[in-house]
Amino acid sequence: MEATTPAIAPGEPLSAAATMTRPSRFGDKAFEWLTLAMALTVVVLIILIGWQLWNGSAIAIKKFGFHFLVTSTWDPVADQFGALPFIYGTLVSSLIALLIAVPLSIATAAYLTELAPLWIRQPLVSLIEMLAAIPSVILGLWGIFVMIPWLRDYPFPWLKRLFGWTPFFSGPIYGPSMFAGGIIIAVMILPIITSVSREILRSVPDLQREAAYGLGATRWEATRIAVLSYAKKGLFGAVILGLGRALGETMAVTMVIGNTPQIAASLFKPGYTLASVLANEFTEATTDIYLQALFEIGLVLLGMTILVNLLAQALLRTIATTSATRAVQ
Amino acid sequence: MKCPKLAHKILATVLLAGVTATASAQMMINGAGATFPYPIYSKWFDEYAKVDPSVRFNYQSIGSGGGQKQILAQTVDFGASDGPMSDENLGKAPGKILHIPTVAGAVVLTYNLAGNPALKLDGDTVAGIFLGQIKKWNDPKLTALNSGAKLPDQEIVVVHRSDGSGTTFIFTDYLSKVSGEWKEKVGNNTSVNWPAGIGGKGNEGVSGQVKQTPGAIGYVELIYATQNKMPYAEVKNTAGEFVKPSLESITAALSTGDIPEDFRFSITNAPGKDAYPICGATWLLVYEQQKDAAKGKKLVEFLKWAAKDGEKMAKDLQYAPLPDTLQQRVLKRIDEIKM
Repeated sequence: MEATTPAIAPGEPLSAAATMTRPSRFGDKAFEWLTLAMALTVVVLIILIGWQLWNGSAIAIKKFGFHFLVTSTWDPVADQFGALPFIYGTLVSSLIALLIAVPLSIATAAYLTELAPLWIRQPLVSLIEMLAAIPSVILGLWGIFVMIPWLRDYPFPWLKRLFGWTPFFSGPIYGPSMFAGGIIIAVMILPIITSVSREILRSVPDLQREAAYGLGATRWEATRIAVLSYAKKGLFGAVILGLGRALGETMAVTMVIGNTPQIAASLFKPGYTLASVLANEFTEATTDIYLQALFEIGLVLLGMTILVNLLAQALLRTIATTSATRAVQ
Repeated sequence: MKCPKLAHKILATVLLAGVTATASAQMMINGAGATFPYPIYSKWFDEYAKVDPSVRFNYQSIGSGGGQKQILAQTVDFGASDGPMSDENLGKAPGKILHIPTVAGAVVLTYNLAGNPALKLDGDTVAGIFLGQIKKWNDPKLTALNSGAKLPDQEIVVVHRSDGSGTTFIFTDYLSKVSGEWKEKVGNNTSVNWPAGIGGKGNEGVSGQVKQTPGAIGYVELIYATQNKMPYAEVKNTAGEFVKPSLESITAALSTGDIPEDFRFSITNAPGKDAYPICGATWLLVYEQQKDAAKGKKLVEFLKWAAKDGEKMAKDLQYAPLPDTLQQRVLKRIDEIKM
């Protein structure tokens, strides 16, 4: 992602050296073509996937049209299919995950690069990276047997007592719920946001920090103004990487979200995501239109991921320009 | 050529290697489909390798839907499915597809109640619970069936399978037979539009959620409930008897159930006083006319072995074997396969 690559000036000395020794041009050209081909593979792959999904869902697209995106009935017996509850569930669970994971990850990264004693940094980093290595299905089982009973007995009733008057925390508490799904996704995207954020904070030049301290800033002020603010763009990129992950998380979410296609304001109610319904129903779908509807779910998921990424990049550009103008002022 | 002798030697070695390779190559028979019978099928393939070492089986348990698709597309030599194929799907086949029933299983209702009281249910109450109409454990309908047990004033939490599965097919097939309202509102399929409850993925997801949620009720395969020592309910059959699900009561349902000529049967709600009402069989799907004669011959040999000797291994693996009468009919059907 371009946002995460630190802006290094093009290698002036390198090209100078190149003109001096005059190496064969062929190597350079071959290298250029090779890397171009590699880069194009990804593009071609995405186009192929999109085309395949479009082809696989042609009948469903024709039959349901735009209604597929805005209706809520998912009835394989009557061959009625609407994806709205899944779209809603995917967006809401990812949002919950970001709300939990982003502050945690960025604070962790800031601690690890700015504040933590040196001897503790490496062990902590290893631990966080180990979290990323836990298979999704294991996290799901942990979710069913450990996290959900605990959530149901302690935090959920407590949230209900405090915020039960809002629609978000009302209604009966079963355990498997949109909220539980969001939390499990948060656990899964924590490592990636943390590691990328840490790399970004590490790439902030020491000059920044020194300048802040030189002006009499406290440690907090130096971290906030000189480091976090400086790295804002990169951190945003880290969050987007996490969001991409969140939208597509499947197994663990499926195991704790309750798998009920409904749109309910209460986060204690079960929900459903696009990726989950695919994982659940793809293997046993026997009728054509059913299978086509599932293909269309895949198409919607692909489209949504691309859309969210485009929106995020647009947002990123606005942030970059506003901070640039502020810097000039 | 400078060294003809060496070249000849190499050529000879290569040829020889090629010949030996073909001689020792085993015939590979490919199959795909249902996950429910996978443990017994892999046991069969394993045992059959000792009976006939010249043939090997490769079975992918990708689900019944996949099994039906692949046999229709002729990408496998046999398919496997937990539900019989629909007329619509059979119509798409390039040739006649035979249904060969192999073993059967039951779907049981497991629950989480303090003190683990024995529970008796009938079709009407099961449908009421899964329709979301019977909401409490001390509902008059439930207490009437369970006069001995003390059922609490507790909300019923319904747990169903979220993934498409043969288990759901059998369960909703049963409910459609015993409840007109269920048939009209929900219907019967590998996954349905559930009117109530939360969904768990797989048997492990449902049983996990039932175990973790006080007041929960869900349905899982019998094997899964016995292996995990979960309580399960007795269900009233058409003869008015409350029957505990067991391998015997499944085979009883198979022997009293009405089994049509094409073997596309459903044995839910079977008559007979020993029959457990929520059970179903699993099938292998093969073409009547085999394209590859050598392969077809080996496949028929295997199917016969499975129907005779393979059936004897069923009970050890917690599957119900077919009753003798049905077994004889199956053997006759296997004889109809043409090469």
